[in-house]
Amino acid sequence: MKFFFFHLMPYAYLDPDYDMNYVTDWLLYPNSNYDPEKGAELYNRYLDEIEYADALGFDGVCVNEHHQTAYGLMPTPGVLAGALSRRTKTVKIAVLGRALPLLNNPLTVAEEYAILDNITRGRLIAGFVRGIGVEYHASGVNPTESHDRFHEAHDLILRAWTQPGPFPFEGKYYQFDYVNVWPRPYQQPHPPVWIPSQGSSETIRWASAKERRYVYLQTFSPVTALFRYMDMYREEARKSGYEASPDQLGWSITTYVAKTDEQALKEAKPHIEFFVNKFLRMPMEMLLPPGYLSLSSMKGVMAAKASLGRRRTMEELIEQGQFICGSPETVRRRLTEYQDRAGFNLVLPNLHFGTLPADLTRRNTELFAREVMPALRDRLPASGHEKARA
Amino acid sequence: MAGHTETRETLHGCSIHVMRSGSGAPLVYLHGSGGGGLWLPWMEDLARQFSVIVPEHPGFGRSDTPEWLDGIHDVALFYLEFLAAENLTGVHLMGGSLGGWIAAEMAMLDASRLKTLTLIGPAGVNVPGVHKPDMFLWPADELARQLFHDKARGDEAATQAVDPAGADVRMKNIYTVARLAWHPRFYDPLLMKWLKRVKLPTLIVWGREDRILPVAIAQGFAERLPQAEIEIVPDCGHLPQVEKKDIFVERVTRFIAGSAR
Repeated sequence: MKFFFFHLMPYAYLDPDYDMNYVTDWLLYPNSNYDPEKGAELYNRYLDEIEYADALGFDGVCVNEHHQTAYGLMPTPGVLAGALSRRTKTVKIAVLGRALPLLNNPLTVAEEYAILDNITRGRLIAGFVRGIGVEYHASGVNPTESHDRFHEAHDLILRAWTQPGPFPFEGKYYQFDYVNVWPRPYQQPHPPVWIPSQGSSETIRWASAKERRYVYLQTFSPVTALFRYMDMYREEARKSGYEASPDQLGWSITTYVAKTDEQALKEAKPHIEFFVNKFLRMPMEMLLPPGYLSLSSMKGVMAAKASLGRRRTMEELIEQGQFICGSPETVRRRLTEYQDRAGFNLVLPNLHFGTLPADLTRRNTELFAREVMPALRDRLPASGHEKARA
Repeated sequence: MAGHTETRETLHGCSIHVMRSGSGAPLVYLHGSGGGGLWLPWMEDLARQFSVIVPEHPGFGRSDTPEWLDGIHDVALFYLEFLAAENLTGVHLMGGSLGGWIAAEMAMLDASRLKTLTLIGPAGVNVPGVHKPDMFLWPADELARQLFHDKARGDEAATQAVDPAGADVRMKNIYTVARLAWHPRFYDPLLMKWLKRVKLPTLIVWGREDRILPVAIAQGFAERLPQAEIEIVPDCGHLPQVEKKDIFVERVTRFIAGSAR
């Protein structure tokens, strides 16, 4: 397994009772509730936490992109990646945004990623996403154009990185007479591309195709969904004419380690429940605007998200594999078990979540690095994991 | 109950569902964002005097969703082609809400086959400072409830709006509404510049208690269409043709009769 420390940078001072007056902390929750003094403290603390992961020997660190929300304070993740690019020395830096369809000029991302790749001498991992549904409310971009804009912006960026410029680009949404991006990326032909998703079959098919073979990351979902989508990726790869490697599959999983199971559960409970019940709170109309998914996918996803407004407990999240929590032994066992069943080789633990304070985050990160990572580092998924599941 | 007929017409690779009844001068009605496909009592009333033609828009209900459907101009141009294909002239064009927007676009682009224009609580024009609620953030039942001033009718509509039997059509419709109206939200800057081209006799009907598109937006139309007659219907929500059927039918009939002179 390879380990990528993943931070969402929430506004941890979110009023716990905000939901008495607001249905969500996204989009409509007034930014007058953001206190710049507290925010400045959080940014610096969170960057320290990510930099510490470099010192502790993680393979990489990840930043994220969301807009107009207390859930995460990284609307322009490239700025955070830029701050990290000089302070970290060895980790890969994965930008698990950029929401391409929201952009009027995707070449800005080709430029931004290329700069990061040069400064870090090739430590950049380039994430491309569509952005979750609420970003289409926040940006005004038409959700019915989301898939098409994503594909077109992606094609433009990849061509800008790999095809000598200047050349013209004639798309439906993007047109340029001169594509000639300086700097060129440091890694050749281009930085590795990672595609985080909640599990859209269109996205999985596209990412797994032989000509792309992009890394697919499953974000916050029950393990049953994880298994299904990783199977789907391998199946699509096979249809496309090759066998997918475990290094093409990653899992983003909120994780908490303490000395004993009891201690871990006790310490984590208020913070993980704050994360899922306060920060993630959002009505269906916001999460899934019309056209964001194909008509056929929409019905399935709406059914899967039916629990959206319901209060969830830590125990439920652990049961469904959306949270790993316990002693180092418990965490190692869970990761091993899920790796064998899902066949991934990339693990993106969210070692900060919700309102987890600085001291617990630090200890969590240390214990994970010292007591979990070493034993699993050389571990690959057991072969035949798919048959075992059948 | 109704003596209307239902046909399919195919044009530019798009097959649409069309309802018709009556005889006389052609009156084409374009439905709103909630969808069409239902033959309603007010249509029956108008069919006593007119040849009423009610198509379901591309991307809605029983009509196809063509590849070329990118925005409001595609629908307006499609319907101008439809009028030509049907060989209709002297058309009394009428549209409600989103359909009023389409009708206004058609009149702006090419009024040669049109005789009058009736816009019922139309979208298409923005009035700075007039707040429109965000219908894309409302659950379906809430949206349906807000259509009516009368509470009992609103409650009834809210119940129908979550009937599982209609779920597929509702989802198809709202996808197309988003495609046409997401951004800019329910208006077209081009129409706002060039609506003044329209010289047709025009009637604008608005429910005084419209909670979807506030009646203050009528002013945005009136500024651009100084010759338009404006009828504000009291105690009425977004659908005067449904909520105040008799007043609506009488007023439209009078307007069209007056315009014939």
